[in-house]
Amino acid sequence: MHYLAITTPTLQRSLTVLAGICLTILLIQLADRIQPRSYTFRWKNISSRFQLRVIWMSLGAIIVITILVGVGLIVGDYPIPASKAIATALWDRNGEYDFIVNSLRFPRIIVAILAGMCFASSGLIFQSLINNPLVSPDIIGINSGAAVLAVAILAAGGNIAYLPYAAFLGALLTAALIYLLSWKRGISATRLVLVGIGINAVLGAIITYITIKYPIERVVAAARWQAGTLFGATWDDARTLSIGLLLLLPPAFFLTTRLRILQLGDETAITIGSKIERDRLALLAVASLLAALAVSVVGPLGFVALIVPQAARLLLGSITGGVLIFTALLGGFFLLGADLIAQRLFAPVMLPAGVITATFGGPYFLYLLARYNRAN
Amino acid sequence: MITIALIFSAITIAPILAGLLSNRRDKETGPFITNHILGLTVSLILVIVIVLISLRFGSLEITWRTAWNAIFNYDTTNQGQIVVRELRLPRTILGLAAGSCLAVAGALTQGITRNPLGAPGILGVNAGAAFAIVTAIYAADIVSPEGYVWFAFFGAAGASILVYFIAQFGGGGATPVKLALAGVVITALLGGWTTSLLILDLETLDEARFWLAGSIASRGTDEIAVLFPVIVIALFLGISLGNQINILSLGEDIAISLGQRITTIRIAAGIVIILLCGSAVAIAGPIAFVGLAIPHMVRSLVGPNYRWILLYSLFLGPCLLLGADVIGRLVVRPTELQVGIVTAAAGAPFLIYLVRFTKLSDV
Repeated sequence: MHYLAITTPTLQRSLTVLAGICLTILLIQLADRIQPRSYTFRWKNISSRFQLRVIWMSLGAIIVITILVGVGLIVGDYPIPASKAIATALWDRNGEYDFIVNSLRFPRIIVAILAGMCFASSGLIFQSLINNPLVSPDIIGINSGAAVLAVAILAAGGNIAYLPYAAFLGALLTAALIYLLSWKRGISATRLVLVGIGINAVLGAIITYITIKYPIERVVAAARWQAGTLFGATWDDARTLSIGLLLLLPPAFFLTTRLRILQLGDETAITIGSKIERDRLALLAVASLLAALAVSVVGPLGFVALIVPQAARLLLGSITGGVLIFTALLGGFFLLGADLIAQRLFAPVMLPAGVITATFGGPYFLYLLARYNRAN
Repeated sequence: MITIALIFSAITIAPILAGLLSNRRDKETGPFITNHILGLTVSLILVIVIVLISLRFGSLEITWRTAWNAIFNYDTTNQGQIVVRELRLPRTILGLAAGSCLAVAGALTQGITRNPLGAPGILGVNAGAAFAIVTAIYAADIVSPEGYVWFAFFGAAGASILVYFIAQFGGGGATPVKLALAGVVITALLGGWTTSLLILDLETLDEARFWLAGSIASRGTDEIAVLFPVIVIALFLGISLGNQINILSLGEDIAISLGQRITTIRIAAGIVIILLCGSAVAIAGPIAFVGLAIPHMVRSLVGPNYRWILLYSLFLGPCLLLGADVIGRLVVRPTELQVGIVTAAAGAPFLIYLVRFTKLSDV
């Protein structure tokens, strides 16, 4: 049975996607027009510096996300008039579309945004901390840690209710193991990455072993989970993610100043008076928790954590608290957009969002990279 | 099942424990191996020993004498000798070839991308091969190992050429960071397509999952024989690039001011990498770990000189791959574990151990 025949996207859908892509490129071009000015805010002994560009672009990201939320509520297999869809989502709890909008579409949208935020901010912290553009939670094995336990449960036919907890636990245990194994009178970035690669390889081997050991019907469920999907997201997932983000993003925001000091190099950071190992541990813990949280809900969606922080840094420069917020928003936008495309472009076949993040995110990123190269 | 788990955990935990205990031993002065004549001789002996073990051990129990006779005194009626000649010998040769290709290509990749995460996989080689093969299985129902060879080779080569092409855009040519990023993007793009085919089509997944695990058992030996001249030439060229890579690893600016044509070197190294990786993937499927880990292990033993890194990689790559293959044959008799699984499971602890045990020099 070949699926390409029934999955050819209609012209209208392709055009919509194309229009969306053109719109974002236009927005990026517009962002260039903003003057790189910064303002200082002072109130009693609290002071802070704002870059105008970061604020405008974050606002822009919020607006684009809001539009996408609207689109996500309206489009779907079951046609719902636009006004009814928005009304049902916002105030009308007794309408005839209540189930579809409020139980199927809305939670999925919210989960997509929140998970994207988790992945992107986690990736940004990892990349800045290790100072390597190729590092992300999936390369040093945190996603594989989640996947090993999850795939084992899926392939061996365990209770699916435990899946998120197992994934969360797996990710955290792996992060702790990597940290312990790379500790040798302190943590060095190279050692951390290499130990991470090693752990990732072992876990990957176990996953492959499970994949070829169990019957194909169960393996396919595991493969789907590994691709990362938002199918069947519930309000409970959204609640988990939002509580996690509320707890983790503020510390991450304030730790960015420590991170900037660490980026000066260990010697300089110590001279300034920074407790480097404590800061590093705190940053790694926050980033790992963010990744573990997202993986446990939506599976190891690899590409977001790798590419979104890159894109944000190409647009705004190196990490600050503002850039972290923008990166998180960009991650939310990216995953939501990818999920909408994954659901609708090849309907009725629904692809996992993880497939689309790579296919559509890749060219975007190449565009940003080419633009950046031309500018320099 | 429990035996496998025990053996695996023993292999995994022992070096890590040793690494944790060895905190006090810290080589601050120079690399571990300084006498290279001795070091290379030991490596060569190690390769020979592993080849002998690979011929002797497998799911069928034979004696050393049978294995010896199979090579030098072939008797076509002896079942044990037939197994050695027809199954284990080709397999051993394939393991040698794939291991050395992957390790040398990995060292070269780390040299030109100057990134410790640099591995052949990062240039899109494995993803390209997987893409070509999964598409071939899906669209053309090609399900024979002989058919895989060429799809894998050209898929791998095509993907890495595409990566180079994209990295070439913009100013400055294919700089390390652009190369690595373009590789990541292409890998993800192709991976997305491969994954969607695999999860949409059950038959394709069923067929491809074994190839994707990576194995050197019962591959199409005749097709691969065509690749051997390519492999030998590419290995030779790759090792002779050692000095140039040394200069390049000082940094672009210094390399240029020393009079090096960095673009030429990058392209030459790129072609060698593509040939080596394409061949390795065609032989053994996507084995990710050898190309990444062996150069790091070697670097922690011999220091940052690429001339030695490349030479030792040539010897130690096959050791890891063949050694892993033998372990894979023995742990779950009468069936086997794919070599791709065992290389990672057995090799990674050593990587971690070496990373902790020795002083790291930068790429």
